[in-house]
This record gives sequence, C-alpha cells and structure tokens, in this order.
Amino acid sequence: MPRRVMITGLGPLTGLGRGRQENWTAVREGRCAIERIVAFDPAGMPCQIAAEVRDFSVRDFVPKSYRKATKVMARDIELAVAAADLAARDAGLVTSGTAQEGQANSYPSPRMGAQIGAGLIAADINELTDALATAKCEAGAASGGGTQQAAPCCVAPVESTSGGGGASGGVFDIHKWGQTGMEQLTPLWLLKYLPNMLACHVTIIHDAQGPSNTITCGDSSAALSIGESLRVIQRGSADVCFCGGAESRLNPMAFIRQVLAGRLNAKDNAQPGQSVRPFCQSASGTVLGEGGAIVILESQETLAARGHGPGYAEVVGFGASQSVDFASRNRNPDPQGKGLALAIQKAMREAGVSAADIDLIVPYGSAIPEYDRAEAAALRAIFGPRLSQVAIVTPKTCWGNCGAGGAALDVCVAALALKEQVLPAVLNRAQPLEGIGSGWRQAKPAALRHALVFTTGLGGQNAALVLRRVEG
Amino acid sequence: MSNRVVITGIGWVTPLGHQIEGVWSAMLAGKSGIGPTTHFDATTFPTRFSGEVRDYDYRQYVKQPQLHDGVSLNTSFALGAAAMAWQGAGLGQGESVAPDRLGIYLGSGEGSIDFDNYVTANVLSWDAQKKQIDAPRWAGEAMHRLTATRELEQEPNMPLSHLAMEFGAQGPAYNCLTACAASTQAIGEATQILRRGDAEVMISGGAHSMIHPFGVTGFNRLTALSRRNDAPTTASRPFSVDRDGFVLGEGAGMLVLETLDHAQKRGAKILAEITGYGSSADAFRITDMHAEGRGPVAAMTLALKDAAINPPQVDYISAHGTGTHENDAIETRAIKVVFGDAAPRVPVSSIKSMTGHLIAAAGAVEAITCVLAIRDQVLPPTINLHQPDPECDLDYVPNTARKAKVETCLSNSFGFGGQNNTLVIRAWQP
Repeated sequence: MPRRVMITGLGPLTGLGRGRQENWTAVREGRCAIERIVAFDPAGMPCQIAAEVRDFSVRDFVPKSYRKATKVMARDIELAVAAADLAARDAGLVTSGTAQEGQANSYPSPRMGAQIGAGLIAADINELTDALATAKCEAGAASGGGTQQAAPCCVAPVESTSGGGGASGGVFDIHKWGQTGMEQLTPLWLLKYLPNMLACHVTIIHDAQGPSNTITCGDSSAALSIGESLRVIQRGSADVCFCGGAESRLNPMAFIRQVLAGRLNAKDNAQPGQSVRPFCQSASGTVLGEGGAIVILESQETLAARGHGPGYAEVVGFGASQSVDFASRNRNPDPQGKGLALAIQKAMREAGVSAADIDLIVPYGSAIPEYDRAEAAALRAIFGPRLSQVAIVTPKTCWGNCGAGGAALDVCVAALALKEQVLPAVLNRAQPLEGIGSGWRQAKPAALRHALVFTTGLGGQNAALVLRRVEG
Repeated sequence: MSNRVVITGIGWVTPLGHQIEGVWSAMLAGKSGIGPTTHFDATTFPTRFSGEVRDYDYRQYVKQPQLHDGVSLNTSFALGAAAMAWQGAGLGQGESVAPDRLGIYLGSGEGSIDFDNYVTANVLSWDAQKKQIDAPRWAGEAMHRLTATRELEQEPNMPLSHLAMEFGAQGPAYNCLTACAASTQAIGEATQILRRGDAEVMISGGAHSMIHPFGVTGFNRLTALSRRNDAPTTASRPFSVDRDGFVLGEGAGMLVLETLDHAQKRGAKILAEITGYGSSADAFRITDMHAEGRGPVAAMTLALKDAAINPPQVDYISAHGTGTHENDAIETRAIKVVFGDAAPRVPVSSIKSMTGHLIAAAGAVEAITCVLAIRDQVLPPTINLHQPDPECDLDYVPNTARKAKVETCLSNSFGFGGQNNTLVIRAWQP
C-alpha cells in the first residue's frame, strides 16, 4: 500500500493577500483583486487589467542571511520563495528557513523534497534594454523611416510600423553587443530567469535536500507538481514536500505572449471586477493575475510522529493526461474534453470514488470560451445530470489567472472548503453553460466529502486531483 | 510489485550527426562536433564556437509535418529523435499502443527567443532619460513584429505537445526543466510512472538549444563557457588541468521506455533496463556546487540503492563532466565518496568532450550512450584529455574508446542551482 499523503500547509500569495487567512477570507466573500495594471503602462495593450501583488518585498519572507540572494530572483522566484515561507509556517514546519534559535527541525534535510511548477520567465525588460541600448546601431535609422543601408552587423528585423511603410534599418549592433554591450548585464543575469530557480531557492532556504523537480507545463504546472510530490511521498522517497508554483506575467513580454495567443479579455477594461466569467455564456477571455501558492504535502505517518494535527485534507487521487485539438493552431483543448475527462477519471479511480461522492469541483475555469466549453463537456460526461447540483467554484474570478501557480491556488481553496465545510461565493456566472449551476452570491455552509481539482493549459497537459475531507 | 522498465527505442540529434550508428561511431572514434557558431553572428562574443546540429531537417522524420509548422529548433530536434526511437522500437510499423497508455515525460528547454524582432522593439522604445522602455510604444512595436506562433513555440512544453500530436499520446504528459539535469530527471520520473503502471509506454528524453545570442550572453557573463576560440575542437576538455569552461551544444535525445510486460507481449527487442533513479538537491547555493558534492553523492547513492546494487557492480559512469573547473573536481570527489575503494577501478567518461553540453538534452543523450556501451561492450572516451587535473585522478577513458565488460552504467546529471539526478542503466537479463 502506498503511504497516505496529507495537505498540511497552505501558502497562497495573490493580489488578494498573503497567506491562508487573507486569501481565504477574500475568496469566501468573492472579493476581486483585478484592476488596471500599474506594473507597467498597459496603454498599448488590448487588455489592460490584472490582479497584481502590490507592496510586496521578498525580503520580508527570507532569513536575514539570505537577503543578498534576493537580488538574483525574478519576480516569479520571489513569489514562490515567499509562498514557500508562508506554507511552511502554516504547516508549523520547522526548517532552516523558519526555525527560531535553538529549535530543532521537523525533518532531516534528505527527507524534504520540492517539486515546483514554473512558467517561461521573461527577462526584466528595463534591465535588459538598458544594456541593449548601449549597442545601438550607428548606421541604422534609429526610428525607422530611413531606407539607408544598415551595417552588416545590425540585426535585420521585420518592417517597422513606425517607419511609415518603409523598411527600417537595423537598430541593434550585435558586434557592439558582443564586444562591450553584454558587460552591462550583471554576471548572474541568466540565473534570475531559469525556471528551476523557484525550486532551487526554496530548497536552499529550507535546506530541503531530497528529490527536487521543476515542472514547466504552462497553467498545469502547479497541479502536475503536486501530483509529483504525491508520488514522491507515496513511494517513500521523501516525507514532506514543497509543491505548487508561482508566476508573474505582469511584464510587457510575458503579457504580450498571452495577448498574441488570444487568451486575454480585451473587452472589459472598464469593469475589471466582472471581467473573468468562467462557464458563463458571456465569457470573453481570461485576465492574468500574479502569484500562486506553495502547498506542503506530508506523509501521514511522519505527520503523526511530529505531533501535528491531521492537516487540511488528504490527497487521495491524481491523474494526468494529454489532449490537443489537432485542428487548432492555438493548441486548444479537445472540444469534447475527452483528454481532460481521462485525467479526471484516473484521479477518481485512484481515490475509489464515483461522481456521486464529489461535492465540490474547482476546475481550470479560465473564462477562455474554448477551454470552458471543453471543461463543461468533460464534466457533463462524468457527472451526468447531477452536474448542475454540484458546487463549481472558480477562484480565477477573484485573483485572475496565475499561470504556473494557478492550480495550487485552486488546491488551497478546495482544501479550505473541505476543512471548514464552507463554499465560497461564486460570481460572474449569470448565464451558465449547459449543465452547470449558476452559483451563489454569498459563502454558505455545506457538507463536503470530496473535492475534485483539475486543470489544463496551453499545450494540452491535463491534471486532476481528488482531495478528501479529514476530521478534526 | 512494481513493473520492471526497459528501453526499447533510442534516437538522437546531436552536433555529431543524427543517426544512431553514425553518431556512435563518431564518438568511438573520438571526433569532435564543435565548430564556429553560425546560428548568429558571434564574431565579437567572448565565445565564438559551439556544437551545432548540422544538415538536419525534421520533416524527413515526421509523418505529419503540417502539424509542426513554425516549431522552434528544440522541438524540431525532439521530433526527429523521437521518430527514430519510435521506429527503432518497432512501433512505426503498425504496432499499436493504446493512446491513453502512452505517456510522454520530457526534460526540454525553452525555445529560443525571436531575437532580432525582440531587441529591435526594445531598443526602439527605450527612453534613455527615464531609463525604462516606453511601454505603450513597445507594445505597438512588439505587436507588429512578434508573431503568435513564434512566441507560443518558445513555451518549454511545446516539444512535449508536438510529440503528443505526432504520436497520438494521451497518457501522462510532463515537461520538467531542471536545467542541465532535466532529461535525466525526465527519464527517471518516466520510469516511476511505468513502475506504478500509470502508463505502458513512455517517450522520454529532452531537447534544447541555447545557441542564441542571449544564451551565449548568459553563459559568457557567468564565465561558464570555454573561450578557446582558436581551437574549438579541443576546447571541451573535461577533467583536464587546463579546462576553461564548457562548450555549448544543442540537440535532443529520446528513448522509448516500456513496462517489461508490454515489451515482451509485443515481442519488442529490449536494449537495456532502467533499474535505478536518484534525485536530490544540493540546497547549498545558487551560484556554486557544495564543495563536498553532497547533492551528487545523494543522487548516486539513492540510484544505487534503488537498483539494489553496490558500487563494485558498476562498470561505467557517464559523467556530467562539463569541463568547468568546479563541476569536474566536485564530481570526482563525489564519485570517490560514493565508490570508496572501488572508485579508481570504475571508468568514467564525458561525451561532452565531443558533443559539447546539450543542457536540458544532455542527460538523455548520455543515457543513450550507456545503452550503446552495453550493446557493444565498449566505452566512449573523454577526448582532449592529455594533462589530467591532479584533483581529477580517476580513470576517465582518455582520448581513445576502450573495449570493456559493460553490464551496469550510472549516468549523472547536475543542474545549475543544485538539482541532481542519476540513473542506473543495466544490460537486459530476464
């Protein structure tokens, strides 16, 4: 028999707050953190709203001795490091990162693992361009317009809009860049943007020397990483794991990738609070958030030994699958949700539950219409007519789409709903898709036995988790 | 009881070529795949050479090229390598695998950035006074210059998605990106999925190219790359006293892994068995390895334990062996800690001396060399090793391939930031 695995610590970090209490209170009440973007001037973007984490300094979340290292952290890394600190403290886990003087660590270092999801991290555009600008091309026309011959060392971009139709000369001299330009970048520049650095900084701070992994599967990363931690603990390779993920796409480059992929809501800049409408006929795209969550998974045996309570919920099933709509250039999910259903069924089979045992569903719920429809189709196939009676909660309405961290936030919501036997408010679903209930405006008590959390994302990797209520 | 996991297909695309036998012969002949960088104008960069894949077109390998228009280099490498492995496994000729029992676990890197268009948008919108880009202007430039496909294809899960489309896989699908350890980790985790029975066949490996201006910039700034511009083919010299950094390579390595049951039922030719996997974290520093190599020690120890073998039973170690001063000295130290008295007797070599460092894809290519070493009972050499570092005093199979009894191999991969992975690959014995 594989070992039982409990969720014992929750470290959500979003535009709505830091940590379990702030986020849970806000989500329960259906508050929304989506506003006009201030991280950069969004005036040129079709979508100009997002849920930002404001007034945040990672220095508040790391031991004093580690403050210097925060200089080599991209924002995604900062968010994950802070979320891990919140999660470890929430679990009452004593590590080299949380210990007071003289306190013994809860676990030996080799028994602590980290499986953390990450996105494609974009370089800080101002830091990089400050350096790039030192390698401007002399011969090129700096603002387009000219047709003069660029020096051969100048990179040749496509035609510029600002050139009034004429080809712009190259503006960037790669010879200068090689000679002197690149030296403007800090020597450790590359290390800020490697996706594995989320996990690496967390393992260093908490001295977690056990199995360590970084999952990069778009918006499914956090759910897959939680599944990996589950397996690592089940097979006995570690007793406790940091898992989940974090991402910030609130910088021009990461943001425009989402714009180009056609995923963002460009219609609701004037009403940010109602902009994310998952499973609603009026859904018109997703809105980004930044943040994510680190979740602590722990073996039930060792949890009992350290004298901690039973935790928030038990992870009883996990399933992963792949599905892509072959016909769609955007790698949208299969419209019938078949691949998604496969992951959900695997997770339910492992948990030994049927649809009738599930009282709460936290889906991907991005409000991208193609995804919503695929998810609704998968749920109809599994739950049948009962679906409209099952609570479906969509926290992206509150903190936006946090990418590689999003599914970990969904797990936090599911675990807390099970623990407190409360359903948070569900907003922005006035005209639900076929088979889906319309939601409720205020949090309400409910008898919840099992929760199903599932996710998909660009590229078609699907993951599903079944959580079971624990008493006490 | 968990399933035994066997390797039934291998494929690679490397700086030494893109056929299994051709590349292997080149390795055994001690050839170098390193030459001047041509992907971009590197003539003024501190490092102007690399191991590029040459004369390669993925369209030769795929059945459905229309699904893959506009892929990044890394995905193009992944497709060719996986198609080779798939066909080699006998799965190309109508052999069927249930789609939901076919999974993919890759350790692939991100696609390379659309450099020319990106830097142009940045430089044109730079406000030198404010020391920041004019974001609305940047958005206009970028919207015009960047394309949806090129940006989408940079996502690190794209090689995975393309393989899933090409081979119709619907089972468990992951991409892990643990820097230089990624594809070793992927193979290890794919093995775990098969052991559990969550799939019957897994395509696993990795693909990566960082031979682009920002990749080379990043590694040059870290002073991690060799700068031996006057002698590219001898620049990658792991374990040598005058090594001055690694050499960037690119490519892909892909394996078909199966449960023993599934392989035997369909009468597949079994190439080798994966018997052990260990994963650890240095948990030390972002910039340096732990001086005693505690992470590598843990990964090797866990892999040996998983395989239920002792160090004297290991016939060959495929080293991480990057050619940086730090890695080679610490890896040597770690091998001595794990192997004790047996350390001087176990041959260790680094094929990175010939291919360069394929970063995320390195581990999968090295795992394949272990399979071939077992098949042909021969060890690939570490080339360019004429003056060993006194700190590196093991048997590195210098310069010349060597006939040897090879039953059990260890393959090491250590990532920047301290994620370490080791596999045990063993000759197939029923």
